[in-house]
Amino acid sequence: MTGEPMLDCRGLRRSYGNLTAVDGVGFHISPGETYGLLGPNGAGKTTTISMIAGLLDRDDGEVTVDGQPMSPQAVRAKAAIGYVPQDLALYPDLSARENLMFFARLYGMSTADAKRRCADVLDVTGLTDRAGDQTKKYSGGMKRRLNIGIGLLHRPKLLILDEPTVGVDPQSRNAILESVEGLSGEGMAVLYTTHYMEEAERLCDRVGIIDHGKLIAEGTRNELVSLVSEGDRVRLVATGNLAKAAAELAGHPGVRQASATEEGIDLVVDDARSNLPAILTTAAAADAAVRSVEVTEPDLEAVFLHLTGRALRD
Amino acid sequence: MRATLLICAKDLKTRLRDRSAVLIGIVVPLGLALIFNSIFGGISGNSKAIALGVVNADRGAASARFVSGVLGAVGRTGLIAIHVEPTAARARALAAAGTLDAVIIIPAGFSARVASQRPAEMQVIGNVDAPISTEIARSIAGSYAAGLNRVRLSVATVLAAGGGHAAGPPGRIQALAARAAAAAAPVAMADVSANSRQLDQKSFFAAGMAVFFLFFTVQFGVTSLLEERNDGTLARLVAAPISRVSIIAGKLLTSFMLGLISMFVLVVATTVLFHASWGNPVGVTVLVVSAILAATGIMALIATFAKNSEQAANWQSVVAVILGLLGGTFFPVSLAPGILSRLTYAAPQAWFMRGLGDLRGGSLSVVWVPALAMLGFAAVTSGIALTRLRHMTEV
Repeated sequence: MTGEPMLDCRGLRRSYGNLTAVDGVGFHISPGETYGLLGPNGAGKTTTISMIAGLLDRDDGEVTVDGQPMSPQAVRAKAAIGYVPQDLALYPDLSARENLMFFARLYGMSTADAKRRCADVLDVTGLTDRAGDQTKKYSGGMKRRLNIGIGLLHRPKLLILDEPTVGVDPQSRNAILESVEGLSGEGMAVLYTTHYMEEAERLCDRVGIIDHGKLIAEGTRNELVSLVSEGDRVRLVATGNLAKAAAELAGHPGVRQASATEEGIDLVVDDARSNLPAILTTAAAADAAVRSVEVTEPDLEAVFLHLTGRALRD
Repeated sequence: MRATLLICAKDLKTRLRDRSAVLIGIVVPLGLALIFNSIFGGISGNSKAIALGVVNADRGAASARFVSGVLGAVGRTGLIAIHVEPTAARARALAAAGTLDAVIIIPAGFSARVASQRPAEMQVIGNVDAPISTEIARSIAGSYAAGLNRVRLSVATVLAAGGGHAAGPPGRIQALAARAAAAAAPVAMADVSANSRQLDQKSFFAAGMAVFFLFFTVQFGVTSLLEERNDGTLARLVAAPISRVSIIAGKLLTSFMLGLISMFVLVVATTVLFHASWGNPVGVTVLVVSAILAATGIMALIATFAKNSEQAANWQSVVAVILGLLGGTFFPVSLAPGILSRLTYAAPQAWFMRGLGDLRGGSLSVVWVPALAMLGFAAVTSGIALTRLRHMTEV
């Protein structure tokens, strides 16, 4: 982390009756960094970001945004945040332009500035041609794009996206991910919650894994994957003297385990990407004709499984 | 304040685009006022005057005073049209045909009998289809007869007190009669209903429907807070750099503005279309604003107990109907006997109707009591609602 974090939250806690929804969550996000909050449904992601965005009072803990303390009454801190809720939050009887103008003015822009920014956002979201139509006539994808566009309207320093791809078709989902990828390049800090492991891996510089209201691990993808002690799995589909080849490979540096199967040889390898050429050479020297190679690296799904004993989407 | 105005402007735009607010706030009350006026009487302000025929077969001094003095004055009010008919037979035929609602016949010798202290009578013939008109004609004739009797009694009393000189000089009797006629009646009926004057029919239905539907119209503002929560936009508003109070104020202002627009259009429209007479504009404005505030407060308070906008709308409608009926917006419940009459004080609509009624012919000061009563409703209900509305902005 360099300089002051755009978001710094510590010891966040929130209970509903006897249920502790968030229990001591803390992390920070630097400008230009995309941070993923990864966890299954009901893990406490939305409660956490609701406290960060000032939607919800917290029982304990601290949140500062751009150096300003956050609370439901903190107008200055809220001005630094762009919030994109999980559900579509649009006025269906208003057009896209009217929706954008309303929120732009609500964030304090002058009419002239608001008009300029609305035109920019309509352009970015590809809605310029339909800007005058009531949003209730939009497709689901168009609504999603506008939903995100409203969050970007006032050029926030911290953008909070709460599971923005839930219920979205693959094409729109890809468009959303591409647009989020471009945000960190503009210096914006992004807090992205998801229960899709692929999205977190693709978008996020760092990921916090949350379960049962607690942040159980945090770091870059590689740092998290390193928590899982198992190596990469390599499957060689091959013919020939497979037993001999397996025995040769078992003694190869970086290979933890090698065993012959009916279709080829299964290996557990440290850093498969760098060791793979040597493995293939050794197999060929041991009279095994390799027809195809399949490498499976540990991912965040495996990390979650490793840490909780449950699959991410259980 | 800026955020409050922005939220109000956005809500008004949404509501006016969604035609239900226009329908409930303007079209339906106007339509119902039109229908009620059509059923219960003229709608254009040209209510048919009572056609009262008079046959003066006497042509004496007493009958001439009645025709020119009494009936002339009555005719000038515009409520009764006087038709002088030449013969009793013709007048009777016109009454039977329904052309005349009632006829007063002054027989020949009427004045002479009055002057000579002998019994005299006027006849009233009524159209069977116009009993009220007949009663009015009978009342006019009876009132004149009572006046004559009073003069007669006065003169007789003076003469009796004069020691039995009943046959005094004629000039003295005339002088006594003139003085008795000019003197104020010792006992007279006074208007004791000054504090509960009734609106005329056109104005009653115009005002009744306007204030009845006002309680439905203002629902749209406060209930939209529940809709915003349901639609997810409340989270966006709360996340914006504005205070929660400004969100609540925006919703309350929307209710007030919808009520104001609705009432303004209805007052103007019923005045122009139905010739409804609302009264002194300043007094009407005070009453209208007070009624809108009371309606907004009550509907806001009810909304705070609901879980969603549908439930709120249902509860608000039930309360609006009960208060509307209790408040005498369809019929004047305040004239009802017993506890029902006292219960009307629990409805702001009753105070509104009462205020408008008192304003008719009364001074502007009569609106303050009903206005303060309605503002009391507004203060209490809004105060409780505000404390509860803050919780409604939690996402």
